[in-house]
Amino acid sequence: MAALTMYPDNERLDGGNRVAFNLYIITAVTLFVLMMLLGLTMRLGQATWLSVPPDLFYRILSMHGAGMVGTAALATTAVMWFFLRKYVRLHLWAFLTNYVMFMLGALCIIFAIFVDGYGALWTFLYPLPVHGMGLWSPNAAALFMLGYLLIGVGMLVFYLDAAAGIIRVHGNLGRALGLQWLFRGTIDPNHPKAVVASTMVVIANTLGILAGAVVLVMGLVNVYYPEMALNALVAKNLIYWFGHMYINATIYMGVIAVYELLARYSGKPYPISRPFLWSWAVSTLFVIVVFPHHLMMDYAEPTWLVVMGQVVSWGAGFPVFLVTVYGALTNIYRSNMRWTMPSRLLILSMFGWAAGIVPAILDGTVRINLVMHNTQWVPGHFHFYLLLGVLPMALALMFHVIGQRADAPPNTAADRLGFPVYLIGGLIFVLAFLDAGHLSVARRMATHLPAWTATDEVGSIGAILVVLGMLYFAIRITVGLLKAPARGEPHGGTANTAG
Amino acid sequence: MILQNVVWTISLVGMGLVALGFVYVIRQAGKPADDAATRKAAHTSNLLRRWLFGSLLVIFVGGTYATLHRFPIAPQHTPLDIHQVVDVVGQQWSWQITPDTVHAGSPVEFRVTSKDVNHDFAVYAPDGRIATQTQAMPGFTNKIVYTFTQPGTYKVMCLEYCGIGHAPMTSEIKVVAADGG
Repeated sequence: MAALTMYPDNERLDGGNRVAFNLYIITAVTLFVLMMLLGLTMRLGQATWLSVPPDLFYRILSMHGAGMVGTAALATTAVMWFFLRKYVRLHLWAFLTNYVMFMLGALCIIFAIFVDGYGALWTFLYPLPVHGMGLWSPNAAALFMLGYLLIGVGMLVFYLDAAAGIIRVHGNLGRALGLQWLFRGTIDPNHPKAVVASTMVVIANTLGILAGAVVLVMGLVNVYYPEMALNALVAKNLIYWFGHMYINATIYMGVIAVYELLARYSGKPYPISRPFLWSWAVSTLFVIVVFPHHLMMDYAEPTWLVVMGQVVSWGAGFPVFLVTVYGALTNIYRSNMRWTMPSRLLILSMFGWAAGIVPAILDGTVRINLVMHNTQWVPGHFHFYLLLGVLPMALALMFHVIGQRADAPPNTAADRLGFPVYLIGGLIFVLAFLDAGHLSVARRMATHLPAWTATDEVGSIGAILVVLGMLYFAIRITVGLLKAPARGEPHGGTANTAG
Repeated sequence: MILQNVVWTISLVGMGLVALGFVYVIRQAGKPADDAATRKAAHTSNLLRRWLFGSLLVIFVGGTYATLHRFPIAPQHTPLDIHQVVDVVGQQWSWQITPDTVHAGSPVEFRVTSKDVNHDFAVYAPDGRIATQTQAMPGFTNKIVYTFTQPGTYKVMCLEYCGIGHAPMTSEIKVVAADGG
C-alpha cells in the first residue's frame, strides 16, 4: 500500500527541491538554537543568575518572540510544502520567494532591534511602537513593521500558489476541505489529509496575514503622521487576529507530518474519516473567530465577542482531543510500532499539544483570565504546545528525511539520550512557567520580585536542558541533510521494517 | 478558596490524565494484535471515544453555564450606583490612583484608563496573588467592580508591557476596615 511506504518516490528531494528544503530546515534549526539561547538568557536574568539590563532584556524579548514565531512558521511551512507537493502542483519559485522574503524581513527585524534599539515586542501593540521614550526611534519601529510586512508577503505568495494548486485539483477550497462529505456520501479514501489541513491553513492564515497587513500599514502611517491616530482597541483586535492565526497555523501545518508519517512507523493504516473532516471544518471556523480570548481584560470589547472567545476556546478542545490526538493514539495502540527518533517525536508532539491545551483552555475562561492574564501562566501554556508540540512535529519530519540519507534509521545512542534531555528539560521549563502563573508571577518583566525567583531558577535549569537537546538535534539534522543521498532503497524502505 | 490554586489543580489533573493515557497506549504499542484482538480494540476504542465525547460535552455545557451565567465583568455602558469610586490613570511609568484608600466589605468601582500606551491595572492581594485586573487603554475607560474582603495594603502592578519602566511601575491601595479602623 503506497501510504505505508516509508520513503515514497514522490517525496524524493532532488535538485532544486533538495536545496530549498535544506535551506529552510538548516536555517530553522539554527534560528531555533539561537532564539532558545535568548530565551535562556532572559530566564537566567529573571533568576538573578545573570545580569541582564532591562533595555537589553526587552530587546531580547522582542527578538525571541518575533524570532520564534517566524521560525516556527518557516519550519512548518517546509512541512506543508514537503507533503502537499505530492498531491498538487506547487511552484518551487513560490516556496523560494517565501524563504527570500523571510530572510529579508528577518534582517529588517534584527537591525531594528539590535542596531536601532526597538523593544516593543513581537506584538507591536499600538501605540507602544511610537512611544519608545528615547530607547528606540520611530524609524526603528517602522523598520520592524516593514520586516513583518516582507515576511507576510512572502507567506502570502506561498499560500496563493498552494491555493491555486489545490483548486486546480479539487475544484474549490470547500471540496478540498471535504465539506461535501460532512453529512453524506462515501468519502474518497485517497483524499489526502495533507490537502485538508493545508486548505484550512491557506484560508485561515491568509485572512490573518491580511489583518496583520492592515494594522501594520496603519501603524506605519501613524509612525510618520502621528496626527493619524488609530483606535487602540481596533488595532489590538487586528493584531491579535493576525497573531493568533499566524502562530496557530504552525500547529496545523506541522500536524501534517503526523498524518503522513505516523502510519509508516506504526505499520497501521491511518485512514481519513468523517470525524476527521468535521474536526477540520470546525477548526477552520474556530481558529478564525477565537482571537477575542486575548482581549478578555479589555472591558471595552463588546461582550458578545468576549463570550465567543471563551465558548470557542473551550470548543476548540473537541477536535484536538477527540480526533487528532485520539486518532493518533488509536493508530499506535497494539501496532507494530518501532521507536526511532521520528516516531518518538511524532508521539511527543501529540502529547505536547493535548496536554498544553488544558491550561490554555482554562486561561480562555473570562473568570480565570481575571487572575491569570499576563502572568507566566500564558508563556507556560503556549510554550507547552509549541516546544513540546509544534517543534517535535517539524523535527519528526527532519529526522525522517535524514533517515533516508543514513545507513540506518535515526536511532543512535546519542539520539536516545538527546530525546529525554529535550523532553525532561521541556517539561521542567513549562511547568516552572505554569507554577509561576499560579503564583501570579507577571510575564514580560525584566526584573522579578525576590518571592518570584524560585520558579525562575527551576525554569532556567529546564531551559538549559532544552537548549542542550535542541543543539544536539540541530547539529544532527544539519549534518544529516548535507550528506549525499543514500544509493538505492534505504533501510526502512517499506513501512515499519526500520528499527 | 484561592481561584489560582483551583486552576492549578485542575490543570495538573487534566495534564496528568492526558499523560496517563499516553503512557498506557505507548506501553501497548509494539505489541501487535491479531485480527480478533484488533476488531475488539476498534470496538472498545469507538465506545471510549463516545464516552469521552459525552464527558467533554458535559464539561463544556456545565462549565460554560457555571462561568458565564453571571458575567464576571461589570456593565461598562450603564451607571453602576456604587458609592466608592476610584479613578485610575496609567502613564509611562506611574499610576495616578484617586483616592488611594478604600473600605473593605463594600464594592469599589475602579475607572481605569491610560494617558499614553496600553497598561494593565493589576491589584495584588497582601498574600501576593492577583485579586483583579483590567487593561488601561488610551481612549477607553474600563470599569472594574471589586469588593475587598480583607483590610491591608494591596500592591498595584502593571501587567501589560509598556516600555523599559514596566516592571517598576507599581503603586499601592490601602484597604481599611469597614468602620474606618
